This record gives sequence, C-alpha cells and structure tokens, in this order.
Amino acid sequence: MAELERHEYDVVVIGAGGAGLRAVIEARERGLRVAVVTKSLFGKAHTVMAEGGCAAAMRNVNTKDSWQVHFGDTMRGGKFLNNWRMAELHAQEAPDRVWELETYGALFDRTKDGKISQRNFGGHTYPRLAHVGDRTGLEIIRTLQQKIVSLQQDDFKETGDYEHRIKIFHECSITDLIKDGDRIAGAFGYWRETGSFILFDAPAVVLATGGIGKSFKVSSNSWEYTGDGHALALRAGSNLINMEFIQFHPTGMVWPLSVKGILVTEGVRGDGGVLKNSEGKRFMFDYIPPVFKGQYAETEEEADQWLKDNDSARRTPDLLPRDEVARAIVAEVKAGRGTPHGGVYLDIASRMPTEEIKRRLPSMYHQFIELAEVDITKDEMEVGPTCHYVMGGIEVDPDTGGAATPGLFAAGECSGGMHGSNRLGGNSLSDLLVFGRRAGMGAADYVAALAERPKPPQDAVDEATKMALAPYDAHEHPENPYTLHAELQQSMNDLVGIIRKKDEIEEALVKLDELRGRLQNVAVEGGRVYNPGWHLAIDMRNMLLVSECVAKAALQRTESRGGHTRDDYPAMDANWRNTLLVCKTTDVATAEAMVPGVTVVPEPQVPMRPDLLEVFELSELEKYYTDAELAEHPERKG
Amino acid sequence: MAAYNANLRVWRGDDDGGELKDYTVEVNDGEVVLDIIHRLQATQTPDLAVRWNCKAGKCGSCSAEVNGRPRLMCMTRMSTFDENETVTVTPLRTFPVMRDLVTDVSFNYEKARQIPSFTPPKDLQPGDYRMQQEDVERSQEFRKCIECFLCQNVCHVVRDHEENKENFAGPRFHMRIAELDMHPLDVVDRQDMAQDEFGLGLCNITKCCTEVCPEHIKITDNALIPMKERVADRKYDPVVWLGKVLFKKK
Repeated sequence: MAELERHEYDVVVIGAGGAGLRAVIEARERGLRVAVVTKSLFGKAHTVMAEGGCAAAMRNVNTKDSWQVHFGDTMRGGKFLNNWRMAELHAQEAPDRVWELETYGALFDRTKDGKISQRNFGGHTYPRLAHVGDRTGLEIIRTLQQKIVSLQQDDFKETGDYEHRIKIFHECSITDLIKDGDRIAGAFGYWRETGSFILFDAPAVVLATGGIGKSFKVSSNSWEYTGDGHALALRAGSNLINMEFIQFHPTGMVWPLSVKGILVTEGVRGDGGVLKNSEGKRFMFDYIPPVFKGQYAETEEEADQWLKDNDSARRTPDLLPRDEVARAIVAEVKAGRGTPHGGVYLDIASRMPTEEIKRRLPSMYHQFIELAEVDITKDEMEVGPTCHYVMGGIEVDPDTGGAATPGLFAAGECSGGMHGSNRLGGNSLSDLLVFGRRAGMGAADYVAALAERPKPPQDAVDEATKMALAPYDAHEHPENPYTLHAELQQSMNDLVGIIRKKDEIEEALVKLDELRGRLQNVAVEGGRVYNPGWHLAIDMRNMLLVSECVAKAALQRTESRGGHTRDDYPAMDANWRNTLLVCKTTDVATAEAMVPGVTVVPEPQVPMRPDLLEVFELSELEKYYTDAELAEHPERKG
Repeated sequence: MAAYNANLRVWRGDDDGGELKDYTVEVNDGEVVLDIIHRLQATQTPDLAVRWNCKAGKCGSCSAEVNGRPRLMCMTRMSTFDENETVTVTPLRTFPVMRDLVTDVSFNYEKARQIPSFTPPKDLQPGDYRMQQEDVERSQEFRKCIECFLCQNVCHVVRDHEENKENFAGPRFHMRIAELDMHPLDVVDRQDMAQDEFGLGLCNITKCCTEVCPEHIKITDNALIPMKERVADRKYDPVVWLGKVLFKKK
C-alpha cells in the first residue's frame, strides 16, 4: 500500500474560504488544535470572488433597519422555504460578525460620519451591505487570512512554533471522511503537489467546501466548486436538502465566449445601473411578480427617485431578488429582444460620471476593458444568467452547524437551509461569518464533551486509498476525465439549468447514469506529482453524485420557486412550501462503483415560531402559506 | 475573427530540470492564454500542471511568464499576439519549480507571517471604529492586492539573488507594512522594522513591481517611496535622533 502521512488534530476544517477560516478562528480561540485543508493556496478560495458586499443590519445608513427587517427580507427572498431559525440567527448576529472584522484589520468603505458604509442590493429593504468597492470578498478573505496569521504569531510567542495550534495544509484535497462506527474519526486525502496520501486523525470535521457550480457549463464558479463537501457528507451518512435550488445570477458576462459566465456584480444595479433590452426599454417594470406587487416602483421616475432617496419612493425592480431578474432576462431574450450575443444590456455609463464608475466599480471596469474590450463608462455591458450559487446543501442543526453524522459539521455554501429557495445578494458573506463561527463553536463543544477519541479504522483507510488510485488501474476502455467533465457540464447546463422540464430532467438522469458507468473506466496519464488529470478524475465522483441529487430533486418538485423553475409547473404552489426534499445515499461507495446510489424523499419543515411569524403581515403570508397553515394565526383567529 | 492554430511553447519539467516543448493549439475569438493552456491539457497533455482558480483576475493563482513577461494567464488575451507568433509560457523564475508551470511560492507565506499583525488600540470596542474615507483610501489601495506574487517574481533584488531572500520581504510585503503603517487605527511602530528587518533599503525603486501589477496598484509611488521617506525622516532627522537619544525608554 502507498505511503501515508498521519496527523492528529482536534478539528479538521475542510475548505479555507470565509466559512472555513471563521470556523478555524473560533475553534482555535476555544483552545483547540486545528488543521485547515484546502485544495488551493491559502487566500485563494472562492470567497475572493464575492463582489458586492456583506449584508448586516448595522443601521449605519438607514436607522429604520433592524434584524427583524433583515430576517423578513431573507425569508421573502427565499420564498419562505428557508430554515427560519438559521435566517433568525443570521440576521441577529451578522452585525457583530462584521464589526469583528474591523478588529482584525478590515477596511470597509466609510460613511461621512466614519462608520462602515452600506449599499443597496437586490431584495434588501434598506442599504445594508458593508462593502469595499466591488471587491468585498477579497477584503474578507484577506482579513480572515491575516487574523489566522496573527493567531499563529501569538502561538509562536507562546510556544516558539507558529503551527502549534493552527496548521494550513494547502493544495491538499480530501477524498474521504473516515468513520469509527457511526462517528467521524478523521479525513483522508492527497497532497496535490506530490500525490502522496495524508490521513487526519480527528474526532471533528467542519465542511466548508463551497458550492457545486463546476457541474454546469456557464458558471461564475472556479474549478474548486466540485461539490466535495456535499458528496463527503452524503457518503458519511448525512443528508442534503434543497438541492433543486440553484441560483443563476442574472448578470454574468456573455461575450467573448471564453469569459461567458464571469460575474458582473449586482452592485452595478445597487449603485444605479439599469437593465435594458435591445429596444432600449427598461424591461424589469414588466416583471414584478404578484408576490412582490406593491413593494417595487412601477415607473422609471419612481425608481430613479428611490435611488436618490430610499424613503420617498419604492425601490427599482432592477433590484428584485436574483431568481426573478434571471427569469426576466431569459424571457426577454426568448422574445427576441436580446443583444447580439444572447444577453441583455446593463447600463451604468449613462447613469453616473466616468470617475464615479471607476471609483465605485473598479474591478468591473477593469474586467470589461481587459477581457471584452468594452469601456463600461461609455458603453453598455452585455449580460445574462450564470450558475452562481447552490442554495441546497448539508442539512445541519442551525445553532451548532452539526450534520446527522456525529462529529461532522458544515457551514457556508455547502450547508443548506439558510437561504431557502433563493439567496439574496450579500447574504452569503454574512452567512459564512455567522455560521462559520457557529460551526467552529459546535465542533469545539463536541470535542470537549467526548469521553474517548474515535480511531480511524485501517480498512476504511485502505478502501479510501484504493478508490483514490483507481484511475491508475488498467482499463480496457479508458475514459478521459476532461471529456467526462465537459459532457457533464453540457448536460446539466442544457437539461437541469435555469428553466426545467420533466422530460429534459429525465434525459439528464439517463446521461448521468451513463457517465456513472464511464467514470469506472476513467484513466489518467502521467505520475502523481501535481497531475490535474488525476485530480479531476477524483473530483468527478463528487460532481456526479451531487448532480444526481440536483436532477432527482428537480424532477420531484412539481412547482416553480426561487432557484427552481419548471416550465411544466410554472406556478408556485403553497402545498410545496413546507416540504424539503432530502437526499440520502442508498448504498456505500466502493472503489469499483465509485459513486453511491441516491434517493430523494420529501420531509416537512418545523413550522415557524409564532413571534417570528408576526414579523410579517398576514396578507403577505397568505401569498405563500396554505389556509390550513394560517388557521392558527392570531389575526385569523381574532 | 476566425479560429486559428497557435504555436505554443510550454516549459515542461520538475525540480530536476525540464525543457520547452512545442505544441499547436486552436485559438478562438476572445480567448486568453489560460484558455489555450486548458485546451492543451484537455486534448494533448492531460497531466500538464498549472495552478489556477477563478479565471477572472481576482484570485491571483495563474501567474506565469508569457514571452518572458510576468502575467496572469487569465488576463492575457491571445489577441495581443500575432497569429503566427510563438507564445512561450514558462513558470515564475524567482520561485522553485514544482512541476511544469507550478512553482513553490511558500517564500511569500513565510514573509507574510513575519510581519506584525494589525494592532488596534486596546480599549477600542468592536462597532466603535470610526475612520474617514479619505484616511482609509491609502491602505485600501494596497488591500486590492490579489497576492499573485508577480511583483515578488519580477523584483531584481530576489529574482537574480537567492542570497537576498532571507533579508528582503519583497514589494508585496513592503506594501503590507506600508498598508498597516497608514492604517488610521494601527498602533505599532513599523518604520524601523521596515528597514532593519524587512530590507526596504535594498529596494532601489526601479518600479518593475508597479509595472507588472495586474491590479494597477502604484506599489512604488504610493507604498514603497512614502515608506522609505518615513524611514528616512525617522533615521536621519537630527531632531528625531536627538529626541530618541534623550528620551529613550529604559
């Protein structure tokens, strides 16, 4: 058997984005020894790509804001399918998490009185997003990275060893979680650099691996987003929920083809940019859905007045939640009013002076000049939907981030529930801070309460090794991992994309089954030293498993809601609101089968606590809830 | 523009050595060097090692030298070369090669860990931080850094002088010291250490770092020169010197 490097830690955090790093900080502050394992270099995680901001009701710009309003916006944005307890904790704790970043050295843009500035964003009632131009994610990842360095410096002063309590294992991939009986006992993986294997002996694992966007062809996500945490949790016996809900960000670049999908921040619209069709019409006024009627401006004059003064008018429909805007763009293009490259126009040039655009949106300016030769201070951008975020993820306990498998925790994009059927922009950065901290806390408490450490069984380690090396076995009909990946992306994009139909999803499932068979023959060339072909072959296992969850859940949910739009069931159905589709594995993954079977079963959610229900007008709840569910509402009874 | 076949020359090898290899790869409208490297990987050389993440100029992973110039591969359009020109892609020269286009950049992480972290006033509570926009803007410019390490790679102090690496933090980290020194609420005195511990004096402001910065940060003008001036004021100002001698603690 291949050589194996072993390490003992209290907690292993998989993923070094915002959620992972915040979990590390928390577990370390509680005295634990923590390993951070990341596929990329430290500081390169996907969080750097977040642009617009971090939502928190700090009330710096509009004092009418409160955690209750933020909570309400989040539930509305998710079409009331959200885990309400997560939405509550998130809204309550986000301000503290942002302020804490300043103590770590973050430098957000400021208001005139020197506080953290907050900007408007889709679905948020008040200006709520702490931001740094259009590179907020970079600021947050760098701040957390630097905080971890400062904790390592403290440890160095105390012990003479920077890595006494926190060690970063970068360019290291985890391929399997190891269990001792039912409980987590560690994690197994390989160094990308050398290809040699590594085993973490640890009673608690925090998954913070982000999303699944690399299963789709047009995506704003980086190569890392292969659903690793989702798949690891499933294989370890935990459940995924809400996997049918995928957020297609309405504004990705559409041209040139090679950059199709790269994100154009919602901050463009938050700061006054508007969407137009090929006839020059601001079309979003035609797409205010019934549930949001009355909450959005109905004329251009009113929308522009709102931009000047939030309190004197209703907000512009350019800032409807992302699912609504994405669908509207698809409809305009379908009706023949799209741009030459199949998008719509996003205009900031005519809305503010050149210097102001460069100051507020420097990366957007840079991105379009360099990649598309478009000067956004003079010309309109061409934009269209791009796969951006998965609302679905590991089912966790809201307070601790604990998954069903004892010792397993999850936070950030790879966990599910918080955002319901659609996430509001800005709620991701705050989500990962709030729940990253909580998962770190949950893992620390779990470890502290353990009577004895679980031990990684040798046979599990052997099986994981065998599985990782399977692509190097001799195959009669070798398959190229890049080809399999391209076919998966095309199928998911075309058949389980932004608009879905029964027969197309079924076609996708047939294709997934075919790919599952072909993956058993995946073969790689070259050695194990930094071999991307091998890495992709291993990641394909996760992408296929997670894609199957998405497709199977999408087939079952016979309604349209948030990030799940069924052409054959276009209406939202109140009877579905309280139903979660739960994905579980039906067997064990082996080195032969590579990917375990998946089943999807409906389960009801816990009803919302009455005091939270009272945040909403009954008339609004009636748009989402069934009559039976509202029978006990005080207004109905009284 | 129609698709064409480009002549691509890529360094293949590892820490034991390697060589430039020639390939012919299809190029389509609007594509960047990283697209071509990916196509090469998917169709001809599945084990070609390349480091990349976002492919949008935001993460700073895909640094390499393209025709000898330090660049992000994801932000270098193929249209900037003639169709019959040979495009040569090599790994960063200043750092040890791991394999093909991937280098060991741990030097940078070690330097980062040596710089004392942000230190706010002890009694300042979270939520009570007050700073004016104009006061944070200087440091904000430096925080645009995506840590692609192209400036570290191009800086001649370490590019051709392995022996300087121990005593020289490099432009990225001199800029980090400047960023903290200019942070309105940082209380650490960083000026002596910039010179004495991190080798700022070795920098002779040739501006190579500024030229290669994909974020267009004015590293030399806005970070290194002002930091050098602060150091000079401190070290060579006779009044400050006298004051230090007279009122030195301990």
